Amino acid sequence: MVNCEKRTINNPLRRLLRSRTAQASAIVLFGLILLSLVMLPFSVRWHNAQELTRSVRHPPAWSPVQLDSNQAADHTPRDTSSAFAHRAGSWFGHDDLGRSLFYRVLPGFLVSLAIGLAAAMVAVIIGVTWGAMAAMAGGLVDQALMRIVDTLYGLPYILMVILLKIALTRPLTALFAGHSGYADMVILFMAIGGVSWLTMARVIRGQVLSLKNELFVEAARAVGAGPVYVVRTHLLPNLVGTIFTYGALVVPQAILQESLLSFLGIGIQQPTPSLGRLAADGVEAVNTFVGYWWLIVFPCAFLVVTLLALNFIGDALRDAFDPKSRAATLV
Amino acid sequence: MRSPILRRLRLGALTVACVYVLTFLMVIALPGNPFQQGQHHIPPEAEMALRAQYDMDNNWVYFWQFLVGALKLDFGPTFTYNDWTCNQVIASSLPVSMLIGLMAVLIAVLIGVPMGVVSAVRRRTWIDVSCLTLVLLGLSLPTFVTGSALLIVFSVYLNLAPIGGWGTIAHLPLPALTLALPFIACVARLTRTGMLDALGSDFVRTAIAKGASKRGVIWKHALPVAILPVVSFLGPAMAQAMTGSFVVEKVFGVPGMGQHFVNAALNRDAGLILSTVLVFATLLVLFNLFVDLVCAMLDPRIAEGV
Repeated sequence: MVNCEKRTINNPLRRLLRSRTAQASAIVLFGLILLSLVMLPFSVRWHNAQELTRSVRHPPAWSPVQLDSNQAADHTPRDTSSAFAHRAGSWFGHDDLGRSLFYRVLPGFLVSLAIGLAAAMVAVIIGVTWGAMAAMAGGLVDQALMRIVDTLYGLPYILMVILLKIALTRPLTALFAGHSGYADMVILFMAIGGVSWLTMARVIRGQVLSLKNELFVEAARAVGAGPVYVVRTHLLPNLVGTIFTYGALVVPQAILQESLLSFLGIGIQQPTPSLGRLAADGVEAVNTFVGYWWLIVFPCAFLVVTLLALNFIGDALRDAFDPKSRAATLV
Repeated sequence: MRSPILRRLRLGALTVACVYVLTFLMVIALPGNPFQQGQHHIPPEAEMALRAQYDMDNNWVYFWQFLVGALKLDFGPTFTYNDWTCNQVIASSLPVSMLIGLMAVLIAVLIGVPMGVVSAVRRRTWIDVSCLTLVLLGLSLPTFVTGSALLIVFSVYLNLAPIGGWGTIAHLPLPALTLALPFIACVARLTRTGMLDALGSDFVRTAIAKGASKRGVIWKHALPVAILPVVSFLGPAMAQAMTGSFVVEKVFGVPGMGQHFVNAALNRDAGLILSTVLVFATLLVLFNLFVDLVCAMLDPRIAEGV
């Protein structure tokens, strides 16, 4: 008994795996990712297939409604998988352009998740570099860097995201000439990540400041290691837990930010779907007529399940890597 | 107590000044300007004339003029709303947002704190689990979805509140509740963690050992300490809630200040961007100071440090 307790305390990964909510969240998340990936070839084909006669705002149905007006000619699907995919197209109903919501929600889920992960990565890279730089340099540089962080905290979040997005639009559109869909996504996650790194920088600075005085760093210094080398080989491994914990918290926030920006009309642009974009469109449709419930229920269900799962995993990570908050572990 | 407050005020003023400089740099670095909207280009002579009219022909001059004006609480004209000064825009929208924000924060504290306390005391029971799920749900739903849902349920089906708009007291609860939801979640979470820490600490054990009732220990001894993280969270939260939320304002048709942050940025309206940012930063500094004073009152150990 005592042995077992000791082992679990010393191994954060094991503690993480023991959390049942985190397990369930991971399973749900992987299931959704798998489903979206399997369906991706069909999503690519049908996510923008408009059909303006029969399927406009068609409610969810088991039997397939026409997916594509060009398809009317050869309506007979060749093999069984394609027949199944065709049938699944109407499960979530159709939107105001007759597009299959099923084949918009699934790739939208992937787009949202990708934006969340990429934004978290941007935030981690900037935050860790900034915080480590401040802590290692010390003195005036440290004060100046942290004063900038304080100042950025004093700016309204939404205004910053919009300003950053405006600033990034021109250079990145030029960079991705001809692929405006990709440029849009890159601008979005860079803008969201570019304002989400402040807490990360503060936490990392604090950690590096305390690690800097440890004996092993002093020993490395004594044999002539430079600050960059010390950070990379001695400090980063000790910071992994913190980085994962705070990085995991950024992902759901970034997805929520994306949905907010999409609601403002400056997020993902049509016809690329994202959960935020779809939910925002759904809200608009439901505001005109409550009967179009499926347009909001399915994107929101996906959004909520994704964010819940990510939040649960983030919580479990925090509990696993921070022994002090272990008292707060649930289940 | 007096000189530390003065020191904090000086530091706050410095922060606001930094915010001003940084925002100004971002505004002039942005591509595009308020005088040419979208595709339609105006002749260079006309643009020069417009710039001269708004004192924008020299960035440096504008920097000082705006600063001098701001110190006298006169933020000058807006670039996009004709015949409106920034003062008028803020004066017409800030009170609305402050009212909604204050109510939202009140709701958040009144619901979030008891929720956090109960789930900490009844740790690992079904009450705790359902509270935690509710909290995460509150953090997971976008405001425009919760707002629309509340609107549909309470205004359309139950007919208890007007559908959007502003003017009567009946317009207040729904936007405030929508705005409060994420804050409730944060407050409940922070209270729970703080309460768990407090319940495990020595002074609580001492109180129990001296024979204080369970209820008394929880609400009189543990809560003032447990609530400290909540109080420090409320500083920035109040500044944020009181300067409005674009989404809530759009869903409920409320003439608050959140929309001006977004529109000013989208229109590159330098005057309005700078004035709204300055208002936000000032509120943030003041609320943070206020919150620190409250913390010092709650926990005498902190008072020595302030």
